[in-house]
Amino acid sequence: MALLELRGISKHFGGLQALARVSLELDTGMIASLIGPNGAGKTTLFNTLTGLYRPDEGDILFQKRSLVGLKPDKITAAGVSRTFQNIRLFGHMTVLENVLVGMHSRLSTSLPAILLSSRGFHLQETAARSKAMELIELTGLAGRESEWAEQLSYGEQRRLEIARALAAAPQLLLLDEPTAGMNISEARSLMTLFTDLIGKYVQAILLIEHNMRVVMGISHRVHVLDYGEKIAEGIPDEVRRDPRVIEAYLGQGSWAEHAQS
Amino acid sequence: MICSLPVLGLCGYIAASCLLAFWFPQSVLAFLAVEASLLWLYYVDAPQKIKLFIGALLLIVLLPILGWMNGYYLEVAIQIGIFVALALGLNIVVGFVGLLNLGFVAFYAIGAYLWAIFGSPQANEFIPGGLFPLSSNWFFLFLILSVALGALTGVLLGLPVLRLRGDYLAIVTLGFAEVVRALVNNLDKPVNLTNGPRGIAPITKPPLFFQPLLEYSGLDVSEAKLYPLYFYFLILIIVGVIIRVTRRLESSRVGRAWKAIREDEVAAAAMGVPVVRMKLLGFAVGASFASAVGVLFAAKQVFINPESFTFMESIGVLAMVILGGMGSIPGAILGATGVTILNLQLLKGLSLWLNGLRQSGAELVIPLLGSYSLSQIPAQFEPAKYERMVFGLILIVMMIFRPQGVLPPSKERKK
Repeated sequence: MALLELRGISKHFGGLQALARVSLELDTGMIASLIGPNGAGKTTLFNTLTGLYRPDEGDILFQKRSLVGLKPDKITAAGVSRTFQNIRLFGHMTVLENVLVGMHSRLSTSLPAILLSSRGFHLQETAARSKAMELIELTGLAGRESEWAEQLSYGEQRRLEIARALAAAPQLLLLDEPTAGMNISEARSLMTLFTDLIGKYVQAILLIEHNMRVVMGISHRVHVLDYGEKIAEGIPDEVRRDPRVIEAYLGQGSWAEHAQS
Repeated sequence: MICSLPVLGLCGYIAASCLLAFWFPQSVLAFLAVEASLLWLYYVDAPQKIKLFIGALLLIVLLPILGWMNGYYLEVAIQIGIFVALALGLNIVVGFVGLLNLGFVAFYAIGAYLWAIFGSPQANEFIPGGLFPLSSNWFFLFLILSVALGALTGVLLGLPVLRLRGDYLAIVTLGFAEVVRALVNNLDKPVNLTNGPRGIAPITKPPLFFQPLLEYSGLDVSEAKLYPLYFYFLILIIVGVIIRVTRRLESSRVGRAWKAIREDEVAAAAMGVPVVRMKLLGFAVGASFASAVGVLFAAKQVFINPESFTFMESIGVLAMVILGGMGSIPGAILGATGVTILNLQLLKGLSLWLNGLRQSGAELVIPLLGSYSLSQIPAQFEPAKYERMVFGLILIVMMIFRPQGVLPPSKERKK
């Protein structure tokens, strides 16, 4: 069963066609990767999916329900949450608070309950805190929960982005270059984390990644974008050998060189 | 350990400063020493309960006693309370939600005029029947009404400007405050709603519901002496409620959502925070604080006119929040207290001292240069005349050496 289905999504900015009729399906239990050269439209696709942009045409179906036209917070509440390529943490908030913000749509205390400091409010707050601590431990940030997010190292900030996205209890997790700037062992531990998440914390993961080791290592399916168009799709091994993909990455003529070598 | 050394030291200091203020009721310095003890109390290392107890003792018992002897102390304390409440309200909008609001005083004006119009004969101008002024018993109802009206106007201002950020938002809020001021200044024709620049007087004071109790216990206190004390406790309660409300909101999902919007609006939305609703809520809560304090201000002053709600007032409150530390409750309190003391006591005190020197006619003898008669000190040197300049200098120095404010928000302590 398809958890997410994109049907012919297009988006243009002025004269630039950022996405051209992109279709994509993602099944429950899968990790799919979105690859392509810089400027191929990968992040635009994420932004369209999460409601930051509205697609010019096409439909986004999530659990058979259209997400087009919903505000970003409604999409998060519906069960899609994301991380950002250029880390966008809440710098002057603690690690714990960052994760708790991610839970906003899952907490339901009303204003009167907060003002009266009701029992229900305290129970929910305590539960939220212990859930947040669980996610902080899961992403390897235990012990840093009272630090300000901006004080974390680069790799820790990337992990915190993941913990914060998980806090929204999403069915679908969108990761935008989660291992960018990480060394091999760091990337490897994240790969293990992603595979472990499936089924326990999320139903499916869609990730944008440039690190081919990660892409080929954990993806069940790879989608390739170039100039806003989807040029290939398949299991990692197929995509790796696809001439159009190699051309898109290395330029025209390289296919011949690649074949010769 | 209840009697730890720091606590004992603090108690000794409080006792000494109170005795000083008791013996020298006219001394500005003595009262400043009493005020400083609150700051010491904030920093002292002691259990929360003991700190609360000492703070309550100071504010509920010692300060009113001193104020009883010198009414000016109470006046200062009430002014501080009003500005603390305003600063806490603005701190929500600027410090938590991160929206620069240069027209905060408009909400203060709305609350003040709400009670001024109905708590004085003014409302007879447009509502026939001679029902007004309302009796003082209506005061508390209007205090609650003003919270609702403030929240409503906050939302009304918020709705059209939500798309704006930073400088653009600041300009619109500034314009809003000017619109409110221009309205109260000009709504004396065709229907006389606000009496225009002449202002409204006399405004009914809050009810002395405890009067029978005083008479019964045989205490005969004149109203003139009772009212300052009454207003002092009213503002103390209002500030107390505001602090509690702000603290609860801060540690709930609402406060976290506000701060997330301040830090990164896009990321906050992507994490499920309904940005529009949360911004409106921030505007509403901040405005309702200011509006409630406005009612109290009107009742205390008895007379109000549009001059009390100028742009400089907005800037003053904003400066208090920035000096204290944006997004920090202790910061807003300290900023408001510090600036008010500076305005009302320090600069005025220095001016008085200078005047005293001038009138003494003493000669200052400087070796080799001859003598200088102190009576020749020009009147232009009075520090009180340089209020804004001193203020500006402090702001500049702060921005260079401590841009985050005196008491910036601290990280949540581990439990």
